[in-house]
Amino acid sequence: MTATLPAYTKKDFQTDQEVRWCPGCGDYAILSAVQQVFPELGIPREKFVVVSGIGCSSRFPYYMNTFGFHTIHGRAPAVATGIKIARPDLDVWMATGDGDALSIGGNHTIHMLRRNVGIKVLLFNNKIYGLTKGQYSPTSEIGKKAKSTPYGSLDRPFNPLSLALGAEATFVARSVDVFLAHQKAVLRKAAAHKGSAFVEILQNCNIFNDGAWENLTEKELRDDHTIAIEHGQPLVFGKAKDKGIRINGLELEVVKLGDGITEKNLIVHDERHPNPAYAFLLSRMDATPGFPTPLGVLRAVEGPIYEKQIADQLAVVAAKKGKGDLRKLLQAGDTWEVR
Amino acid sequence: MATETTAAPPRRRETLDSAVIRFAGDSGDGMQITGSQFTNTTALFGNDLATFPDFPAEIRAPAGTLPGVSGFQIHFGAKDIFTPGDAVDVLIAMNPAALKMNLADLKKGGILVVNVDNFKETDLKKAQVAVSPLEDRSLEGYRLFPVELTKLTRAALKDLGLDAKNMDRCKNFFALGMCYWLYNRTLDATHRWLDLKFGSKPVLAEANKLAMKAGYAFCDATEAFQVSYEVPPAKLAPGVYRNLSGNTALAMGFVVAAQKAGLRLYQGSYPITPASDILHELSMYKEFGVITFQAEDEIAAITSAIGAAYAGSLAITTTSGPGMALKTEAIGLATMVELPLVVIDIQRGGPSTGLPTKTEQADLFQALFGRNSEAPVPVIAASSPGDCFWVALEASRIALKYMVPVIVLSDGYLANGAEPWRIPELSELPEIPVKFRTEPEGFRPYEREPHTLARPWAVPGTPGLEHRIGGLEKQDVTGNVNYEPLNHERMVQLRAQKVAGIVQDVPDVVPAGDADGDLLIVGWGSTYGAITAALRTQRVTGHRIGHVHLRHLNPLPANLGEVLKRYKRVLVPELNLGQLVWLLRARYLVDAISYPKVQGKPFMQAELEAKIQSLRAH
Repeated sequence: MTATLPAYTKKDFQTDQEVRWCPGCGDYAILSAVQQVFPELGIPREKFVVVSGIGCSSRFPYYMNTFGFHTIHGRAPAVATGIKIARPDLDVWMATGDGDALSIGGNHTIHMLRRNVGIKVLLFNNKIYGLTKGQYSPTSEIGKKAKSTPYGSLDRPFNPLSLALGAEATFVARSVDVFLAHQKAVLRKAAAHKGSAFVEILQNCNIFNDGAWENLTEKELRDDHTIAIEHGQPLVFGKAKDKGIRINGLELEVVKLGDGITEKNLIVHDERHPNPAYAFLLSRMDATPGFPTPLGVLRAVEGPIYEKQIADQLAVVAAKKGKGDLRKLLQAGDTWEVR
Repeated sequence: MATETTAAPPRRRETLDSAVIRFAGDSGDGMQITGSQFTNTTALFGNDLATFPDFPAEIRAPAGTLPGVSGFQIHFGAKDIFTPGDAVDVLIAMNPAALKMNLADLKKGGILVVNVDNFKETDLKKAQVAVSPLEDRSLEGYRLFPVELTKLTRAALKDLGLDAKNMDRCKNFFALGMCYWLYNRTLDATHRWLDLKFGSKPVLAEANKLAMKAGYAFCDATEAFQVSYEVPPAKLAPGVYRNLSGNTALAMGFVVAAQKAGLRLYQGSYPITPASDILHELSMYKEFGVITFQAEDEIAAITSAIGAAYAGSLAITTTSGPGMALKTEAIGLATMVELPLVVIDIQRGGPSTGLPTKTEQADLFQALFGRNSEAPVPVIAASSPGDCFWVALEASRIALKYMVPVIVLSDGYLANGAEPWRIPELSELPEIPVKFRTEPEGFRPYEREPHTLARPWAVPGTPGLEHRIGGLEKQDVTGNVNYEPLNHERMVQLRAQKVAGIVQDVPDVVPAGDADGDLLIVGWGSTYGAITAALRTQRVTGHRIGHVHLRHLNPLPANLGEVLKRYKRVLVPELNLGQLVWLLRARYLVDAISYPKVQGKPFMQAELEAKIQSLRAH
């Protein structure tokens, strides 16, 4: 296959359709990152299927020159599951948003993850409903003043990573729309993962929720507000790389390096930690004042792959019972003859 | 059995051309198994038959209470049998609640077997009966056989070392043995079934065999039973037969359809009564490569099926009314993206949760119209349990040929009811040709085949056919997103024309009975048997009656309008408040008469006969 594979470039994954996101939208950066990563993966273009639900992010398939299916609100995980089960050889990607994946499609999202279907999920999180013009979303912070909440929202937000980990997702990661290199690195890892790969991409909606992530993206602020986690590396952050994360019992602590505290006292990140509770602790950091927001791969473990289990079960039964025979099927059970 | 029974031959045998038995007891009494076993034996004997399992939605309502009563009725005969029978010849009542709930259907002078061991003070109280019917002379009009079923069963099993609970669970087989004696049937088929069922627990197989034998011997030995009956085999068309229920028939039909189309069968489903058995059945057919996906909900069931269809499978989703409601938006998506899909609705009483285990035909409007905007969908209805098999093939063929979602309507009565079914030869099965687009040159996702208006099926993985589909309106031919007013109107019309054009595959209707005359009965779905039976008795001199039974409800057969006009009056019996009649009136401007019934039960033959007679009189 590889021998005859064309040398793809970004251009090969662009369509002739006019991109209809607002100027300045973070989605452009994500589209660009994906179009840069796909050519590198060594997969024939016709094997890619990009599936989406409804929302700004879900227009994504129209701009990818692959097979694409823009489905209905919240149901992309189920459509993608059907595709992947029926054709495990396809490389199925999903583009979704915080409302699509966590509100109307929350049920499908958690069940896709618990089954570990081989789907790469790109969740564009802008903490707002864009396409319906500015209502608060299930990831909006409490007190969010939006179109439908003039006096502030009341409901507690979901942390997408915590939710995915709670569903025991085998691959959970996060990146940011404007961090192109980081995003591409995370996408490559997601592409290589067998099973569900859940990637939250923090994305700016410059129309309805501009600056939602500016603490994490502005040059002056980002080093103190984010922590880039790397497998096998200690959890160090800060502009001067002078802060770190230590574990104390079941709590994480931010500590300052120096005064007897060295990197040896810090957590060394293990993305393959078998217990999802470890990654869950990391995911809670951004909900805790004083803690940085983790970026990178929180969890990447092996687990039984759903579509493979289905194929294996079919093969085992066929081997045991022999290939299906229509005559036997029709004549199963007690029969009698009328002459 | 002949070799096992050494007792004297029955005192007197009467030959009947048909009989109706109802087994009624508590949900935990095994009445469904008892009925199924009698059915199987009767089928193997060669009778024509129809069955009506009637059970509560509760798995185990408090034992002995009225809501816990479960029944199984079988009508079998030496002649054609079309319905499970209006009135019952033999009623087996395992407790006072079962007696109270079912006595009204027993014919005057009918045989009534009651388990007197269950007529104690507490049993009567649970059934809300003040005075035992065994003592208040209320059963005088019947041939009452009070039997100590529990005691006699225990006595028969005393040497097996079972506890009382396990012994008592065999008492339904004592009753079954009695019925086998009463109708001169052998115990062989049930013996075979017990060996299969209790393979790992031979003592339980033995216990049930002993109980059944004891029931048989009891009738033989008791002077009380002076008569036994013979119902000779029916003259069915030659062939090999099996007994078949509607849900099994559907499952089998889709396996066959996928094989004939050379596709993988994919079923997305969420458990729901009375459709779950299709999922159970299909999950056993892995040697045919069938994928069954028990989804997290009804919506995932259908949308995963849409995904599988997109990826080139024969995709189906199975449900009942409330599940259909949840699938609505996805059926619209399948209509828009023009992918083949079969949606099976096993109708039950509604609205909402309604009567989960009872039958109804009230989802016709939902199937025809239950979507936002203009979203026409072909609708096909099965008319008998065996017909479900052929409907599965027909629905698959249409879905694949026209690239459309197709709705199949069955109902609880067809799903659980059974009839003898002639097994077709493989050569009788229709071919289902499927063509995937593979040629990249000139590929346009919404360019239509002129004859069917079907768009090409271009599955992912095919080089050079990368394209995008979705729920947004499509530009004609290119399939690109398009919001232009005239394009939208054209696409709405094209989708409607495509479905309307399926009429070229819909055979013209040919009325049963008289081809013109005074009255045309138009039915659809599971009322076929009752209407057919009523028609046979009501075609009298001077009153010409025909019967048209619609399999295709959208599009309707091309000649239907003309046929309707051949009769002075049109009668439409339906298990709803008049949905088909509404459609016929709107579509053909015919002053059709509605005959609705919504009791969670099928029509009785007598009800239809009375309605026909009343029309004749006026």
